[in-house]
Amino acid sequence: MEATSLLILAIPLFMFLFLGLLGKFMSHKMAGILGTAGMGVTLILAYYTAYLYFFSGAPEFVSEAGQRLQFIVFNQDWLQFYDKLVIRLGFLLDPISAMMLVVITTISFMVHLYSNGYMRDHHGVYEHGFQRFYAFLSLFSFSMLGLVVATNIFQMYIFWELVGASSYLLIGFYYVKPSAVSASKKAFIVTRFADLGFLIGILILSYYTGTFNFTELTSISVGADTYAVNLGTAEGIRNIFNTSAAPIFMGGSVLTWALVLIFMGGMGKSAMMPLHIWLPDAMEGPTPVSALIHAATMVVAGVYLVARLFPLYLMEEVSLTIVTVVGAITALYAAMVACTQIDIKRVLAFSTISQIAFMMVSLGVARPDFHEGLGYMASMFHLFTHAMFKALLFLGAGALIHAVGSNDYTAMHGLRKYMPITNITFLIGCLAIAGIIPFSGFFSKDEILSSCLGNSTIAYIWMSFVAGLTAFYMFRLYYLIFWWKEHKVHAGHHAPHDQPWTMTLPLIILAAISCVAGFIPFGNLVSWNGEPYDFMAHFDWGVAGVSLAVAVIAILIATKMYIKENPLPEKMRNALPALWTWCHHRFYWDELYMFITHKIIFGGICRPIAWFDRHIIDGTMDGFAYVTNKASYAIRGLQSGKVQMYVWVYLIGALLLGIITAICLI
Amino acid sequence: MFSNILIYFVVIPVLMLAGLALCRNIKQIRAVAVTGSLALTALSVYLLVDYLALRQVDPTSPMLYVQAWDWFKPLHIQLAVGVDGISVAMLILSSIILLTGSFASWKIDPMPKEFFLWLILLSTGVFGFFISIDLFTMFMFYEVALIPMYLLIGVWGSGNKNYSAMKLTLMLMGGSAFLMLGLIGIYYHSAANPADLTWNILTIAENSSIDKNWQYFLFPMTFVGFGVLGAMFPFHTWSPDGHASAPTAVSMLHAGVLMKLGGYGCFRVAIYLMPQAANDLAWIFLILTGISVVYGAFSACVQTDLKYINAYSSVSHCGLVLFAILMLNTTAMTGAIMQMLSHGLMTALFFALIGMIYGRTHTRDITKMGGLMKIMPFLAVCYVIAGFASLGLPGLSGFVAEMTIFVGSFEHADMFHRVFTIVACCSIVITAVYILRVVGKLLLGPVYDEHHLTLTDAEWWERTATVTLIISVAAIGCFPNFFADLIRWTFSPEIFTVIGMN
Repeated sequence: MEATSLLILAIPLFMFLFLGLLGKFMSHKMAGILGTAGMGVTLILAYYTAYLYFFSGAPEFVSEAGQRLQFIVFNQDWLQFYDKLVIRLGFLLDPISAMMLVVITTISFMVHLYSNGYMRDHHGVYEHGFQRFYAFLSLFSFSMLGLVVATNIFQMYIFWELVGASSYLLIGFYYVKPSAVSASKKAFIVTRFADLGFLIGILILSYYTGTFNFTELTSISVGADTYAVNLGTAEGIRNIFNTSAAPIFMGGSVLTWALVLIFMGGMGKSAMMPLHIWLPDAMEGPTPVSALIHAATMVVAGVYLVARLFPLYLMEEVSLTIVTVVGAITALYAAMVACTQIDIKRVLAFSTISQIAFMMVSLGVARPDFHEGLGYMASMFHLFTHAMFKALLFLGAGALIHAVGSNDYTAMHGLRKYMPITNITFLIGCLAIAGIIPFSGFFSKDEILSSCLGNSTIAYIWMSFVAGLTAFYMFRLYYLIFWWKEHKVHAGHHAPHDQPWTMTLPLIILAAISCVAGFIPFGNLVSWNGEPYDFMAHFDWGVAGVSLAVAVIAILIATKMYIKENPLPEKMRNALPALWTWCHHRFYWDELYMFITHKIIFGGICRPIAWFDRHIIDGTMDGFAYVTNKASYAIRGLQSGKVQMYVWVYLIGALLLGIITAICLI
Repeated sequence: MFSNILIYFVVIPVLMLAGLALCRNIKQIRAVAVTGSLALTALSVYLLVDYLALRQVDPTSPMLYVQAWDWFKPLHIQLAVGVDGISVAMLILSSIILLTGSFASWKIDPMPKEFFLWLILLSTGVFGFFISIDLFTMFMFYEVALIPMYLLIGVWGSGNKNYSAMKLTLMLMGGSAFLMLGLIGIYYHSAANPADLTWNILTIAENSSIDKNWQYFLFPMTFVGFGVLGAMFPFHTWSPDGHASAPTAVSMLHAGVLMKLGGYGCFRVAIYLMPQAANDLAWIFLILTGISVVYGAFSACVQTDLKYINAYSSVSHCGLVLFAILMLNTTAMTGAIMQMLSHGLMTALFFALIGMIYGRTHTRDITKMGGLMKIMPFLAVCYVIAGFASLGLPGLSGFVAEMTIFVGSFEHADMFHRVFTIVACCSIVITAVYILRVVGKLLLGPVYDEHHLTLTDAEWWERTATVTLIISVAAIGCFPNFFADLIRWTFSPEIFTVIGMN
């Protein structure tokens, strides 16, 4: 077990160093094969680990009562601050980390495989920096795996930063393109800003509790290295805060502040409003990267973080309410924007933001007393299914872009005949995300809506509406790519066609998973405290019927509007011009940020400080030198060397002294 | 006398000076410089191993290898040496930077012999400073390290070098004046009985006979005196001009090691010897250094000269060192020393790379360069790594140092410390801004100047220098506990009485 889990982390790290340092000495093909093979082995090991965890029934994984436990496979001291406070690097196995191992390695392997075909031009020539690409992919996989198996919050922060850096490197992969460079910079800085909140949250939490370990924050020990999630521990943590010297800070409890700050880190990585602006730009990276990092894995890190600390969040309902509100607003915003974008990757990016917001909302509304914390399970379930169908959609988009050579649907239209495999798999992806039975998205989204209903009706209606919008914009996209009208340029020699097997095989596999994943008895595997339950017992057919109806109606509207070239979309746009313009310009968030960074931070802080430093601080120093200089110039005349002058001065001085003495004596 | 291993840290540089004086051509000069600095590196690593073994045997004395020889009896001046984990770490840092600096000055022109003579003289001062525990000899070595800087910048520098050399020297001399006053003050209060007066740090700390009012006077004197060299706001302005004009190896040594002399002196002299004043007055300097941290970072955001960016970045990072020292607790002070190591290596790497790039493009203006990644990939990748180290990427040294500092600073629960800690934390975002700005403009994007397309990538000696530094940076970043343990030992309440005060 220990060797397996070590290898899961070590292989991608080794591949990164190996391909990064020695990549230029091997052929492109070799690098691709090695990278893919390395990931393949990791995939097998991760599956094996997850299998053991879920199905072996070993006493360290599942208690006698049937509760799934947290098991620390290894935990190595890395940096000690003081006696108790230690950063460790370890491997924590529990339902969500085992699930994430499967998700990450699956998607990562698909992307490794896919990139063998994608990162070449039409003549099969490999792109410049192909080895570097695989090295970075391995680095990302290593960091992401390290993040999900973290045994303590600081380990999570460490790998959190590493995924940020590998995301930076991959977004900026085409580093000659200025747009890619600025997109990567933006992604890093925005998430870094969010991480500042995360860091301060960690500092607060660790200062009061004296620990970084998740197991000490949320669980009780039930054996050697084995822990069970327990609300009692979280209550103990809350008591530590409540009995501290200053339990309230600016109207909220200190624990709430810590949790909200930690959530801020999650908002950055998971692109929640208002820290979402980096994700659409991140699409400048190669499409497989978008599929892996900016759709399936890294961007759900925020959701994972909240899920990881869920018992603590339960202690402060306010923080969960904040999670819900942020999620709900983001979901609606992103869905509205997605309806108006032209670049297909941007549509998918906004769709990703919206779907992650679904997961956030689901966590926010989850309560243990409602259907045994259904929302938590639903969130993780949606994370799983979304990873599969969103990766599918992105890889499909990649195939389209590769075939057509443009990101805009205006350059596509009517591709269904030319690229049948892409067409069908993309359609499956759309059906899954729209929530049509029996595709996977139907089940997970339905669970989310059910748990919303259990918490508040407003949330339920709001999220159902967003679900309808989702179905609409996805089918708008689908029709505009594959239907609408025949494109003239598609005829002839350069007609777009399906891509090589390395690219279509991942599409087919992911499509198959999207078809069947909904039938996984997820409640048996993942729940907030590890106690399995049969979620079909909680399945609300009423909710399911309504959401299905909403989705079907939305799809019908999309069909009516976009299946054939017609003036309806134009009319719609003209009917609501202001709304359309705002959505199209993403509600001017980018412009606002531009204003803040350039005008306020650069123009209002940095430049004045630099000026102040040069002219005031340094000016003072120069001033001293100047005064000293001037003074010495002024008095140097006294040392003239003229004897007559010296005599005069001497005489006058003596006279003055004499007078003063005389006056004093009298 | 030579039975003490520490003496060799001064003897080897002196031998190098003699060797250099005999050199006839550039090859011999290089041979002497590289052999000597390799010997120093080997010696410092050996010292580390030996120190750890000795520490096992003697876990209580504050310093090991302690020895003293009388130098000038009437004034009780001694040549006293001794090291603890921190000094050992500093010696390793200095020798690595001297070694890589020698490689970076492979093609120094003109007058290579004279250049290396001054450079080695400067290092003699540095090594002497770190092994001394006698305030007088310490101060002497400190001055030996500062003076050559004037000539090194004035003769081999670039740009407005006369102005910069003069400014740097005068400002640091100004600091020295404060310092000297402080040290003499400490001497006269070092013991109750005038016959027992001493310059020996360990004895002074043991006597702890400086009364509180004198501490209030002497602490600011010594702290500011050393703080000037540690680029403390508002006495930091020598740094941007000085670094911008200095030749590569001098920038490396200056930012990498000399600025550490300031931080080292601050805790070894000011805080160690005057704990009461340190505890009471720390808040004043905490404000100044807290400002340094963000102020330097914000200033770096709008500079266009690579060396200015790095100099302001140093103001920010060295500000964090002093900031953490002033937190006066074990964790933060440990972090401060780690930050000194980290910043020393990382900034030396930066200045080495800037020197290499400048040597090729003949400009340091980032608006006149671009797309260097395509032209000189090796240097560009190294620059990115240095940048990542600077903005605190886990696995490289900056992260562990900063995190230790932040966790340590957070141990103070009062509002004042909290606010300044959070302000200091903000620097991690601003650092990311200016680092990525440089990386984006300088290395990525399309090639700005067609003429740069003909430039070549790094030569072997340049590769040696950068790779050595990168490995050192990664070593700290990957195995921080080793260094933290080495350092933490000194910052125990038994040795640093100030730590027990709050």
